[in-house]
Order: sequence, then C-alpha cells, then structure tokens
Amino acid sequence: MDQQSKDQAPRSRLGRYWWVVGLAIAALIVVVLAPLASADPDGLERVAGDHGFLQSARDALYSIIPDYNVPGVEGNLSTILAGLIGIVIVFGLMVLVGRLLARRRSQD
Amino acid sequence: MFAAIVARGTTPIPTPPQMHAPDGFLSVPIAVVMWAITLLVLAIAVRRTNRTLDERAVPLLGVTAAFIFAAQMFNFQVVGGTSGHLLGGVLAAVLLGPWAGTLVMACVIAVQALVFQDGGLVVMGANIFNMGVVGTLGGFFLYRALAGILGGEDRARIPASGIAAWSSVVAGSICMAVELALSGTTPLSIALPAMVGVHVLIGIGEALITMAALGFIAVTRADLLRLRDARPAAV
Repeated sequence: MDQQSKDQAPRSRLGRYWWVVGLAIAALIVVVLAPLASADPDGLERVAGDHGFLQSARDALYSIIPDYNVPGVEGNLSTILAGLIGIVIVFGLMVLVGRLLARRRSQD
Repeated sequence: MFAAIVARGTTPIPTPPQMHAPDGFLSVPIAVVMWAITLLVLAIAVRRTNRTLDERAVPLLGVTAAFIFAAQMFNFQVVGGTSGHLLGGVLAAVLLGPWAGTLVMACVIAVQALVFQDGGLVVMGANIFNMGVVGTLGGFFLYRALAGILGGEDRARIPASGIAAWSSVVAGSICMAVELALSGTTPLSIALPAMVGVHVLIGIGEALITMAALGFIAVTRADLLRLRDARPAAV
C-alpha cells in the first residue's frame, strides 16, 4: 500500500515523459562533468605506457569525431557537442532496437 | 588519442583520454576469437530480449545507454597520474536484465568506436566482451547471488550492486590482461598485476557511480526498477 503510493506519486508528476528527465541528466553530465574529466591516461593506457606496448596501437581507419572533439570547434564546447551527439545517437539506436524487439516477436 | 597526439604534434587541448583498446593491442587471431564469442552472446541477447522485452521498458533502454555514454566521458582521477571511468555493465543489467543490458553495452561501445574512434574495430569484440558482457552477465549473476544472500533485491540492491560493479571491473581487467598475454603483446606476469592493480582502484569509482545511480532511481522513480522483470502480456 505504502510502496504503491510511493511509486505512483512521481509517476503522476512526470507522467510518461520521465525519459526526458533521464536524458537531461545525461546531458548535464556531459555539459558539467565531461570538461572536468581527468586528462591522465586511463588504466589500460597507463599500463600500455608503463610496459612499452602503447606504440603498438594502430590509428583508426577513418575519423568522424575523434577524441570526442567535433572537428572545427575549439575547447570544451567541442567535447560537450561531441557528448551531446553521442547521447542522441545511442538513445535513438536503443529506442529503435527496443521497439523492433518488443513489437516483432519471433514465432516461437 | 594516440593518433591525435602524433598528428597535432603540438600540445593538444586537454581532452578526456580515450580509453578503449585500439587496434594493434591484440593479435588478429585473439581479436577474431573475441569477436566470435561476443557475436554469439549478442545473438542470444537479441533472441532473449525479443522474447521478453516489455514495450514500457524501451525508453529505459535508451536512457540507460545515454547515461552510460555520458558517464564514460567523465574520467575520474585515481592515484599516480592515472584515471578511470565507468563501464556500466552491472548498472545496465540491474536496470534492464542481463540480455537487454548486453545490447545497451554493445551499442555504446560500438558507437564509441564507429563514430568517436574510441577503441579499434578489429578489437571491438574484445572491448564489448571485457567492458560489457563481463559486467552484464557475470556481474549480474554475482549481483543476484549477493542480493539473495543479503535478504532480497529491495533490501540489498545498493551493497550487492556495489560489490558486483567493483568485481566486474576487476574481472574485465583480468580478461584484458589474458587477451594481451595470449596476443603476445606483453607477458601475463606483467599484464596481470599491472591491469588488476589499477582496476582494483578504478572499480571503487564504478561501485560508487553504480550505487548512486540505482539509489537515485530507487528514491525518485522506484517503479522503473520493476521494468526489468515486466513481461509483455501473453499473446
């Protein structure tokens, strides 16, 4: 009873558009936190550097938005834009995949 | 990242370091084997998700992918000039189940490689396995077991997810070390302690972010936590 009323109160406030809030949180992380990200090498890159196999990395075959920087845009804005583009792409892709999988059941 | 530094020559603008394994770190045979394993898991994931996904859970697939993509851009500092970032496999699996969670992780890692040149294409199977499947399948299995021992999911969601999240990062780093060693890139005696040593710390960040995200959802929209086990009405 208590549990149920707790679950339903926010639902009535945000309705079925709670996912907009979810996307806004993801966007906020990109805008506020991504520019503050540590520029130090991450775990794997650090190990590769320390143990001499960093140079075995091969360049990408092509580049679209390399290093999360939109070409032609400077500084933090470039990273933020890249992040927002990424959010839209993965959200769109997964909603598309989800809809296909949820609506077209295989015959078994 | 590596390419960018070489190409620019001058001091690059500080950017989040690109973290996923680039092509060249793994030998082609090992990369192909990892692709095969990953494709097999993905095929099962598509099939299982097709059978069980409830339409109401579809927006959560998108939001979880968006959150994990965003959070992976935030590298946090760990000791000694090294950073780490969220992987998100346990988070995705706790929210969506192991199979739909696997699809989310594969989507994020594929987009990072294809659009953002973060992670190689030949080694993408290994990257999806190490950073996705290890957490969504192994991590979720551990999560369920721990939650069971600790008195059920509703009571133990936070501690169980934290331990599973930490374990998934350490296990993923062990997989990467083994793949590096089998590829002849660096001996296991070097790769294993180095990778595990760093990821024992990075895993703490993974645990904190996973617990915070699940705690936030439990407080604000606990009903979303039930979408994982929601099933479409029988036809």
